[in-house]
Amino acid sequence: MADISSPSSVPTWFDRIKPKSFGRFVTTVLLFIGAWIMVFPFIWMISSSLKPTDEVYDADFSLIPRTFKGFENYYAVIFDQPYLIFLMNSMIVCTGILVIQLLTAIPAAYALAKLKFRGSTILFGTVIAAITIPINVTSIPLYIGLVRVGLLDTYFAMMFPFIVSVFAIFLFRQFFRSFPDSIIQAARVDGFSEIEIILRLILPAAVPAIAAFSVFSFVAHWNDLYWPLIVVQSQDKMTATLSMMQYQSMFDTDYGLTYASATVVTAPMVIAFLFARRLFIRGITMTGVKG
Amino acid sequence: MAVSKLQRAQTRLAYLLILPATLLILAIYIIPIIFVFLGSLTDYTLVRDDYAFVGFENYQKMFEDEAFANALNNTFFYALMFLPGAFIISLVIAIAIQEQKQFRSVLEVLYFLPVTSTLAAMALVWSALMDSGQGVINNTLQTLGLARVNWFGNEDVVLVSLAIISLWSVIGFNMVLFLAGLTAIPKNLYEAAAVDGADHPLDKFFRVTWPMLGPTAMFVAVTSSITAFKLFDTVAILTQGGPDRASEVFLYLAFLEGFEYFNMGYSAALSLFFLGIILLFALVQALFSDRNVQY
Repeated sequence: MADISSPSSVPTWFDRIKPKSFGRFVTTVLLFIGAWIMVFPFIWMISSSLKPTDEVYDADFSLIPRTFKGFENYYAVIFDQPYLIFLMNSMIVCTGILVIQLLTAIPAAYALAKLKFRGSTILFGTVIAAITIPINVTSIPLYIGLVRVGLLDTYFAMMFPFIVSVFAIFLFRQFFRSFPDSIIQAARVDGFSEIEIILRLILPAAVPAIAAFSVFSFVAHWNDLYWPLIVVQSQDKMTATLSMMQYQSMFDTDYGLTYASATVVTAPMVIAFLFARRLFIRGITMTGVKG
Repeated sequence: MAVSKLQRAQTRLAYLLILPATLLILAIYIIPIIFVFLGSLTDYTLVRDDYAFVGFENYQKMFEDEAFANALNNTFFYALMFLPGAFIISLVIAIAIQEQKQFRSVLEVLYFLPVTSTLAAMALVWSALMDSGQGVINNTLQTLGLARVNWFGNEDVVLVSLAIISLWSVIGFNMVLFLAGLTAIPKNLYEAAAVDGADHPLDKFFRVTWPMLGPTAMFVAVTSSITAFKLFDTVAILTQGGPDRASEVFLYLAFLEGFEYFNMGYSAALSLFFLGIILLFALVQALFSDRNVQY
């Protein structure tokens, strides 16, 4: 055993054996075992997506497929099944929601943060109150309204409840408030219009907040099951996440195919996360309430 | 004179800027909420054209309804399984990860991975892992000499199974919230505590970390409670409330009443009850966060 009291600034491998470092070593090992549990479902999913059906539930399980059916499975999911349409629907809906959210929230947030007008307190109070109202509460009247105007099963219906984000208005308002008034005043004196001030001064400064919100919004609506389940009726409007409902009864299904499609549905968000880790972690945890 | 003209132009612009958002807030939040309330006083159903005002009958029905009591029971039992884990496991992992040096960011990414994934898809994977026949989990239990578990077929177990899946999907999320709270604790507090003789990690935890973490801990507790009350996806995909209504949680019941049985009036009453619970949590958070900020 190495001597605990000897101060060594250059760590060597046997440093790890010292009691304190040993504790740390054990912690690291435990953390990696925990991480393995967190990641295992993904590994199992990818492994199963490469197998023929009878091998997925084989008694002696192995991560490496004995018969490789990966190509067939993914080919079937992407070309024989309408998964390209499902993915495209998800893209259209998420992008549409995000763009309109930004277009409605940024101007309103700027007005609330930097302009004086009567009713601003009421509007801001309403925004705060509306943040607490989840879609599950307003879904019935929104659904009946969409039925009445005959717009069920359209992209509009899929996007409508989310195209104004009260959370975005609140977030951007807080962010814009910290922008120095003196700079805005100076720009006004220089002949900038308010619109120019928003586009050329405020927006560039707000890029981090906008990026984080965009990730939050996109991931939340990509993964949403509740609202598409209510308003989508036909296959050609089905989102990638909603398509998972067709496997809810697992009788008579091709398991290799099932997990290939689960992989295809999960992959976009997971891959995007791996490319922009910081931004994702900041964006997704921003509201404090998961999904 | 010029100032007031500018002022007026600004005010006009302000109204223009808030117009789209204000109209949409009216259409998406205010008017629907009014209609939820009015609807909850009727026997409206989508399959019939006529309807009548029934006063508070729907609310009365709610408190006599066995399905409602069952859903509340299930939700609370599920929360009882879910919340301690969502809080304690996340906190322990956050503290352990914070002390890591070279592996910290790798571990953070691995633990956060489930949070970004599509729960509806991963639920299918969990149903296979938890399969009573050849699932990996049961096979592992058997190898370890333990009893196999009927994860989704047993009424007494199904909520535990759902809680396990939810824990998997939320731990990384809460861990990040705790990490943010831990990073904000000034290092010199630990040094001061060490001078006072707090050497043991548990001493440090109870004398410095825990009191300093107050607001974060409150925040995580409240938001996790809301998450627990919103359980829906895994129920819709995996159990549809079964077996024998053992996993019919509150939000799923409200969904069934509204969109499967089309009892819109009754479902509206359930929605308002749901909102009441959410507001209660928000209130608790507002009260405590004000008091705890002063540590």
